[in-house]
Amino acid sequence: MKNDFRARNHPAYWAFLVHRVSGLLLALFLPLHFWALGQALQGEAQLDSFLRWTEQPLVKFAEVVLVLLLAAHMAGGVRLLMLEFLAWRDWHKSLLAAAAGLSIAAGLAFLLNLV
Amino acid sequence: MTVLQVKVWRGGESGHYQEFEVPRFESQSVLDVVTYIQRSLDPTLSYRFACRVGMCGSCAMTVNGKARWTCRTHVAKVAAADRLEIAPLANLPVVKDLVTDMSPFFEKWAAAHGRFQGGRTRRDDFERVPPDSPQRGLVDEAIECIGCGICYSSCDVVSWNADYLGPAALNRAWTLVNDVRDTDQTRLAAVAGDAGCHACHTQMTCTERCPKQLSPTASIAGLKRLALAAALEGEI
Ligand code: FES
Repeated sequence: MKNDFRARNHPAYWAFLVHRVSGLLLALFLPLHFWALGQALQGEAQLDSFLRWTEQPLVKFAEVVLVLLLAAHMAGGVRLLMLEFLAWRDWHKSLLAAAAGLSIAAGLAFLLNLV
Repeated sequence: MTVLQVKVWRGGESGHYQEFEVPRFESQSVLDVVTYIQRSLDPTLSYRFACRVGMCGSCAMTVNGKARWTCRTHVAKVAAADRLEIAPLANLPVVKDLVTDMSPFFEKWAAAHGRFQGGRTRRDDFERVPPDSPQRGLVDEAIECIGCGICYSSCDVVSWNADYLGPAALNRAWTLVNDVRDTDQTRLAAVAGDAGCHACHTQMTCTERCPKQLSPTASIAGLKRLALAAALEGEI
């Protein structure tokens, strides 16, 4: 028999899901990123017109999501490294809370244009 | 009198849930419920238990979606709205009803070199392990496993990779690599392969579920560190 969501409903599993999903979405975004950089090869005007296009609210919002994904994936990775490579202690929920807090802070900072 | 609505898995790998009504008693355990069904409602129900006090590890089942030791699980704790759904452990072949075939689970203990290999004979003196040595401390944290299979049955990596040794076998290996009396030099290599400690995704469901409050995740992380160190040294 197989387990369903009831067996998986706990914080460390959510952290795994966030890490996995953010990683997949970032991997999907990468080709787009390279394509955008590639616009520079077509000359300054081409890149500038693309960058102007990214000023739209919807694209800006997508960028916030992107920053959030990046922050979550990085914080989640650091959490895992600390959990597994430092001597084991009872701090996995604190690490998780810190990682979540940092990612949200990074997303908010970007949203509020602080960076 | 309150009545519990209990759905119990019947049949083998393919089967169905059968509904029973079981009177609710004070301090009732989930094992009491299953026993009531078998003694008073349907004697053909198969399930497994032995000690009833949380020592033998034979009574594990999936209760409302989570693997638990049923003899020490109070109905009051798990039966929201007086409903129970009782199934055999996941990730193991079902023999009949609530009974699973535990062989794959224990075969993996053997594959993880779960057997103590001492270097002395009965003619030698006892080997002394200082109780306050750091290694003995690591063993203490992981040694109380009763082999119930709850962690194994809860683990997604076991579901995804049928060869994965699983939390319990790796936890056992960790207690033995930290046992200063043990002489098995090949254990770390045996648990560092594709189906060994590095396959763990640190989802920690094993740690979440272990009825003895052990952390197989901690043991597996320890093995990962040892395996990495050994690989850097060129030992494995
Ligand atoms: S019957 Fe022995 S642990 Fe539950």
